[in-house]
Amino acid sequence: MSLTKTERTIIVSMWAKISTQVDTIGTETLERLFLSYPQTKTYFPHFDLHPGSAQLRAHGSKVVAAVGDAVKSIDNIGAALSKLSELHAYILRVDPVNFKLLSHCLLVTLAARFPADFTAEAHAAWDKFLSVVSSVLTEKYR
Amino acid sequence: MSNFTAEDKAAITSLWAKVNVEDAGGETLGRLLVVYPWTQRFFDSFGSLSSPSAIMGNPKVKAHGVKVLTSLGEAIKNLDDLKGTFGQLSELHCDKLHVDPENFRLLGNVLVTVLAILYGKEFTPEVQASWQKMVAGVASALASRYH
Repeated sequence: MSLTKTERTIIVSMWAKISTQVDTIGTETLERLFLSYPQTKTYFPHFDLHPGSAQLRAHGSKVVAAVGDAVKSIDNIGAALSKLSELHAYILRVDPVNFKLLSHCLLVTLAARFPADFTAEAHAAWDKFLSVVSSVLTEKYR
Repeated sequence: MSNFTAEDKAAITSLWAKVNVEDAGGETLGRLLVVYPWTQRFFDSFGSLSSPSAIMGNPKVKAHGVKVLTSLGEAIKNLDDLKGTFGQLSELHCDKLHVDPENFRLLGNVLVTVLAILYGKEFTPEVQASWQKMVAGVASALASRYH
């Protein structure tokens, strides 16, 4: 699965808006994840997951920044996320099913914040893009 | 299976009361067909599905979307017995329509996304969580009589 030119244009242009709210988007995405899919909290026993927690904010920013890295290297996401891919394969070992859950929560966050931009076409482009990112992050699992 | 708390029910019913099923139906089914094009396999008789704009503007897609969301509206009145409410529809989807239940999960998530677009900030993480329970319950009920 690879992104068409149109899809890349949509992602990159929306990112310009998104990048101004990186911190809050990250936090909101994780809040949505932990509330809708409580089992995902099992990966964070060492975290304070209460809304407003500094750890939640920091981690949310990290996640969205990584998505930003993928956007900036949208022609070669594999290379951009290579280290993260290794991290997830050998250290974090998050079950692959969770990437879909996180992707969905990020999509919902974007849809809520940028309703006018989130056309059907944009929705499709983002869903595909996050699917590609998820594939990259799990490609070294076995 | 899905145990809806009083808060869940309140979040679901109060939001649903605001939804315009005419608009949301077409939007939801249309987006399913755009975002997950393989779902078009069930709709060969719907005419042109050749582009996002063709799909989103297709009157048959809109009409069918309204049908689906209307049915969901019925479910919302019976949150404590989704399996009962959807028993016959489950048989229909298995025996006549031959729909892989995975499609119910996809549609549910598209609906959640559409609600986020429509209600923005009001679609808080807590409200979303109630709705995820709802769409998971519906998907499960629709799959319950598969054999």
